[in-house]
This record gives sequence, structure tokens and C-alpha cells, in this order.
Amino acid sequence: MTAAADLIILDDHGLYCPLGDFHVDPWRRVPRAVITHGHGDHARPGMGHYWAEQSSLPILRKRLGRYAPLEGLAYGQQVRFGDVKVSLHPAGHILGSAQVRVEHGERVWVISGDFKRDADPTCAAFEVVPCDTFITEATFAYPVYRWPLARDVAGEIHAWWQHCAEAGRPAVLFSYALGKAQRILAELTHHTDQAVLLHGAMVDLVRIYREAGVDMLPTTPVADLGRKTSFAGRLILAPPSAAGSKWLRRFKNAETGFASGWMQIRGNRRRRGYDRGFVISDHADWDSLIRTIEECGARQVLATHGDTEILVRHLLERGLEAKPLRAPYGDEEDAGGDQGPD
Amino acid sequence: MRAFADLFDRLDATTSTRSKVSAIADYLAAVPARDAGWAVFLLSGRRLKRLVGAAELRQWIREYTGLADWLFESAYAHVGDLAETTTLLLARREVAGRELELPLATLIEAHLLPLRGADEGTRKHKVMTLWQDLPLEQQFVFNKIITGAFRVGVSQRLLIRALHQACGIDETVLAHRLMGQWDPGAAFYERLVAADDGEADIARPYPFFLASPMPEDAGELGDPAQWIAEWKWDGIRAQVVRRGGQCFIWSRGEELMVGRFPEVEAAAGRLPDGTVIDGELLAWRDDAPLPFALLQQRIGRKSPGATTLAKAPVRLMAYDLLEAEGQDLRTLPLVQRRQRLAELLAGRDDMLLSTTVAAGDWQGYAALREQARGRATEGLMLKRRDSTYQVGRKRGDWWKWKVTPQTLDAILIYARAGHGRRSNLFTDYTFAVYDGDELVPVAKAYSGLTDAEIAELDRWIRGHTRERFGPVRAVEPTWVFELAFEGIHPSPRHKSGLALRFPRISRWRRDLGLADADRLEDLQRLLATPT
Ligand SMILES: [Zn+2]
Ligand SMILES: [Zn+2]
Repeated sequence: MTAAADLIILDDHGLYCPLGDFHVDPWRRVPRAVITHGHGDHARPGMGHYWAEQSSLPILRKRLGRYAPLEGLAYGQQVRFGDVKVSLHPAGHILGSAQVRVEHGERVWVISGDFKRDADPTCAAFEVVPCDTFITEATFAYPVYRWPLARDVAGEIHAWWQHCAEAGRPAVLFSYALGKAQRILAELTHHTDQAVLLHGAMVDLVRIYREAGVDMLPTTPVADLGRKTSFAGRLILAPPSAAGSKWLRRFKNAETGFASGWMQIRGNRRRRGYDRGFVISDHADWDSLIRTIEECGARQVLATHGDTEILVRHLLERGLEAKPLRAPYGDEEDAGGDQGPD
Repeated sequence: MRAFADLFDRLDATTSTRSKVSAIADYLAAVPARDAGWAVFLLSGRRLKRLVGAAELRQWIREYTGLADWLFESAYAHVGDLAETTTLLLARREVAGRELELPLATLIEAHLLPLRGADEGTRKHKVMTLWQDLPLEQQFVFNKIITGAFRVGVSQRLLIRALHQACGIDETVLAHRLMGQWDPGAAFYERLVAADDGEADIARPYPFFLASPMPEDAGELGDPAQWIAEWKWDGIRAQVVRRGGQCFIWSRGEELMVGRFPEVEAAAGRLPDGTVIDGELLAWRDDAPLPFALLQQRIGRKSPGATTLAKAPVRLMAYDLLEAEGQDLRTLPLVQRRQRLAELLAGRDDMLLSTTVAAGDWQGYAALREQARGRATEGLMLKRRDSTYQVGRKRGDWWKWKVTPQTLDAILIYARAGHGRRSNLFTDYTFAVYDGDELVPVAKAYSGLTDAEIAELDRWIRGHTRERFGPVRAVEPTWVFELAFEGIHPSPRHKSGLALRFPRISRWRRDLGLADADRLEDLQRLLATPT
């Protein structure tokens, strides 16, 4: 297959569709950008025009500013860029996250964006979209990653919260502010109806999810509480960037936890210095990656995000065409950085 | 095994010493003695050796999961720990059941110990069956046990505190009963926590009494007349036990050094039965010690030949008598113990008696200390005349007053590859000391080992990597090294709160165990008293 025949190529601005003259999740300014979801490494400011799934618009507005030129699409709704037909399909990653289906003539390519197959009450479930070429994320592309049920993990979080409460200590849980925090708040409704306290960076995002009809535990911004408030026995959600900050000092004697797929590995848990690690991820685990690639029927797979070589080699051994695509997407679950020893 | 796996999780989920002590005490109080015995065995860092090899385990888990070799190896490299990789991959094979509940002792005695010496087919079948049958929550601990890599960050001291909390027996007695070699099991545990010791194991040494670094102001020690000074010999601390017609030589790391020092064993054989001497093994010829390097050659030899014996003859420099005529003398004042030691060794030349040196005042002692290097010693030992022989490092009665440069014994925790010629060898090391039960890094050092030692350590590091952080390997804390340094100063930037000037490795202390290494409080005291 020659480069000219490719529906999507990588140029220095991002994933580009030459026939339709638009980009997907570009990282440099371009006139036309189709956005898979609202995470910072996928939705960047400064594009001439944006297309995104409609329920993600409030998130994008918050990130890109209220005057950003956004156009909402419903899942499945088709738009045309020249001869190319484009539609968005649920990716199951966060609220409004989408796979981008690109069709031209006989050919169909799908860009997964970030996705997962696990149940998530905060967003539409992943839809398998048949295609010839599947551009997949590979954030957790090792067979050691296999997610437990999020509802069970929420049970562990709740048990830890109770344990802290019995010891008269606050429980500070670090998690990514968009998606993960809301998913935890939603899954916790199976275990309790107690209110959770929020770091400022999460307040608007939680409100956006509530307005989208997502059922979550009641929440109170920490900022609304007086200086003298006791935090003993409270669960506080905060982004990983708050770890070690001045803001954290008010939670005297707190235990800390971190919710991320990386917590599957004990070494990660230990060297980050959190008291507890909870394995909960908004990305596909190894089995989900393999199963999704099988189900969508693609003959060619391009892998972005993470250690793509492992997935690529595995797929090649299974007789598929596969290669890595070096896109500079980050990994929101790793926020906070990996601290080696000093 | 469920209870033990739960204990592991509790220990793993907390950094608080108090919580760890209670977790262990709760466990010991709740399980039968035979499980408790094995738990003490594992928690004290002892390993079940030679059950299965790392290479065969890798082979079996690849077979069990059907993963390609390269895929397994990538996953292993990503996780960095064999038992953990194995456990995570086991979960990939869905099987019904996995509900087998075995008491810890049954698992080890009935299932694991018979693996030693069994043929590969038998061992593989057994391990795979247990992978299939044990609950997933127990598999990590199980895999840690069979790979001989079970570690949970519990120090001997913490374990003893927990035992004390569980059974009420004095900590000193517990420490003594835990020394040496024992077979875990119900009988062992019942003896361990029994009110009256009764018949002591004839081989068993006493816990060593360790000196602390001298305070900067010698005047703190008060009247010099209350003190006895000896040279601080630069050898291997050892206890020689002569009981029941047998001899046992113990290192400070609680290692029984059988057969390594035949000349010392022969000398000990001429002691009356029921004698225990504390002293220092030295390579010695005529009236003077030989360089430590010669002694070091002896440490590695399990049964030295005639050439080695002639080149590096070893003697015991005796400085304390802990038992005579079968009586524990440790509560007698030091002067009386020394008096009896001198009588015991009078007229013998197969053991040396550490002589005392005297000065009228502390300036005089300081001047003596300056002569230490010329006498091939490390400085002075100061011991209170009426001191009893205590357990471990208790400040107050025994001090070591080393000549500069200062040294400390620290534990290797990280290694990374060097540069240039050594870029394929792990030559850059990070060393730590204990702060409570936590190891905190105190120094990085790059030089001081011989090429042969570097090569040996490199191989060991590759086989004992616990975690990887990019180019850095975290290794299982195992080896103690003596580091020399020029000074110490406060450094809030470091987790330890202090920094050493020009640290370098002066020697690999294979004779020391983790409990023998210096502790952060030792360094903090050096800090508190500016030079
Ligand atoms: Zn994302
Ligand atoms: Zn992403």
C-alpha cells in the first residue's frame, strides 16, 4: 500500500487525511480538526475549526475557551470533507469520547483515540466499527495489564476510606481530573451515599458530568469549607499534580491513594510513595486491545501511545499488517511523572 | 495461607512500624504454632533455597500462559520482578476453582520442601497444579516463596517486637532464641515463645553487643578511670562457641562459618566445654595483623587449602568472655569477664588476648587514637569497666573511636551502569542505612572495588534486581559495604537529611548482615557534633 493511498497519514501537525484535508487530534495549528475527546493531549487550542461529539462540547469549551469554533456531532452522524465521509462512534473512554470513522470509496479507516471496553456509567459504551485499517492506542500494551471490575475497585476505595475514617484520618485519592474522577464518583454510588470533597481543578468537570445526567456521589469543593474544618474521615479527590503541594497540607495525617492503571505494578505503587494504589484505567488493557482489533476486522493496524513495539510484533506474528505510528500523545494516567530513585 | 497472604498485604499497605508490629502480632496470635514458625522463618528474611530455578519458572509460566518467549520477556522487563510478572500472567488463564486453602506449614512442608531434589517433571507438575489451585490473591506470596525472594521490609528488631507483643517473652530472650540455625515448625515456635528456655541449643551464640560511634566530645564519657580502652582491630567480628564437644564460629551476620577457619576451630577445640568467646578474626603473623585483604581472601573460601592457610593464617583476637563452665556471664561487669578471659587464655598462643591500653585523661586517649594507624588498627574501643554484655547497639557503655577518615557500614540498594569502559557493568552504586525500618539512601559511590569484585557484584545485581527505574536497578538489600568519607554535613535536600563528603567504597563486608549496618541515628550523631 503506498502512502498516497493511505486515508490517514502522520504529518508534522498530527494525523492527517489528505483526501479530506482535515486532521484528527492535531498538536499544531491546522484549519480543520476532528477531536476524539477532551484530554489535553488530544484537544489543543488554536485550530481554525473543531468537530467533536456533542456531549464533549462543554469539556472542550472549558479547555479551549468559550469562543472556540466548535461544532458538535451526534454519534453516528455523518459529515463530508470533500469525497471523504466522517462519523464519530463511542470509544468508552470518557464523556463524549469518540472513534473517528473515515470512509472513502471502498475503504474505511478508524482512529480509536483513547478507548476502553470496560463498563463505565459515565459514558457511552465502546462500539465496534468494522474497518480496513485501525489506528489504535497502545498505552497499556503488555499482557500483564488486565483490569479488575471498576465496581470492585470502587469497593476497595470505599473500604480504604472507611479504614481511614476509623483511624480518624482523611483519605486523599489522587486521580486524573477528567474522566477518572467522575467514574470513581459514579462507581462509589454502589457502596455509599456520603459526600466527597473535591480539589478545585475537578469542580467544573464534575458539574459538567452532572449536567450530562451522570449519577455520582454528592460533592463539595474543598474551597467552600472553612479553614477550621476537620477532614478526618473524609474522602478528598485531587489531581496527581496536587501531590506534595501546599494545598495538601491542610489534610493533616492523611493517607494517600492513587487510582491508575499503572498501579497494577507493585513497583510503581511503591516508588510513587502513595499509601495505596487502586487499579482503575480508562484505557484498554491487553485483552481489550487484542479483542477489539479482532472484532473490527482490520487487516492493518497502526499503533500510537505507549510501547507500541510489543503490540505491533504480536500482531505481526498473528499475520496482520502492523506498524507503530509515532504520535506525541501523552498519557493522562501517568500525570505526576515517574520518579526514579535519587 | 490466606492468613499469611493477608498479613503480607497488611504489611505491604503501611509504612508505619506500629501497624506492622500489630499486623504480625495479630497474625502470630491467631494461627497454629506450625504456621507461626514458618511465618517467623520467612519474615526474618530466611529463604527456602533450591526449590525451583528462575529459568525453569520462566519456562513453565510461558508454557502455562502460552505466551511467546519474547512477549513474556518484554512483560518481565516491564514489571521487573519475576514473581510479580508470573502472578499477573497467571490471572490470564481463567480456571474454575482456585479455592484451595492450605495452611502455610502444609504448603511448605507437604508441597514445597519435597520439590528439592525432585526431577523437573515432578517440580513442574506441582508448581503448575498450585498455580491452578491456589486463589489468585495468594499467588504473589506463593511465587515469592518458591523463587526464594520473599521480602516484606520487616527488620529483625520489628519481628522481635511483634513476637514480644504476641507472647510476652522478653525481647532479649527472643533475640537469643532467634539466633543461629533452626528448623521452623511447631516445635520451634513453641520453644521460641515458651516461658522457660531450659535446654539451649548447643550451637547457639549470644546476640552481639555492638559499639556506637564515639561522641565528638570524649568528656561526655565522664571519668576516664571508669573506662577500659583497647585497640579497634580491623577484622571480622566473631563469636566462638565451644559446647558439647563441638566448636561453632559465628559471624556478626549470624552466619555459621563452618570449616572456613580450621586453625581457629582447632584452637577453640582446646577450650574447656561450655565456653563462649567474643572477638575478632584477624589474619595474623608473628606479632602483627596482616592486611585485611588477606583475611578477605579467607572469607570466600569454604574449605581453604594448605597454600591459603600458609599465606593468610587467621587467629581469634579475644576480647570478651560470655560463657564459662556453661554459665552465662553476660551480666557480670566487664572487668570480671576480662579477668576470667585472661586466666582462660594464659599461656596459650593459639588465641590472642586483646590487650588494654591506658592513658590518664581523654587527651591522652586522643593521642593514643592517633597512633592507631601505625599499629594497623582502626582506632580505639572504649568500654565501661562495669558494663554488662548487652544486646545489639545500645548506646552508653561501648564506644568505637575510629581514626579519620570516618567509615560507615551501609547497604547496597541501587546500581546503575558506569560510563565508558564500564558502561556494560553495574559500577555506580547507591547505599542506604536504616531509619527505623525504612532504608534511606545516604551515599553514592563509584570506586573502591577490584575488577573481580565488580564483575561478581555485577552478576549478582543482574540476578537480584527487584525493580528497574530506567537505567537504575533496585536490588534486594543484601550486601553491606564499608564506605570511607571525609566529613558529614546537614543536607535538607536529601531524604536522609545529611550528605557525606567524598564517599568511596573501602571494602565489601560479606561478613556483615543487614542488622549490622550503621543506622541513620548513628550518622545523625556524627552530624550533631561538628568536627
Ligand atoms: Zn484520553
Ligand atoms: Zn491519550
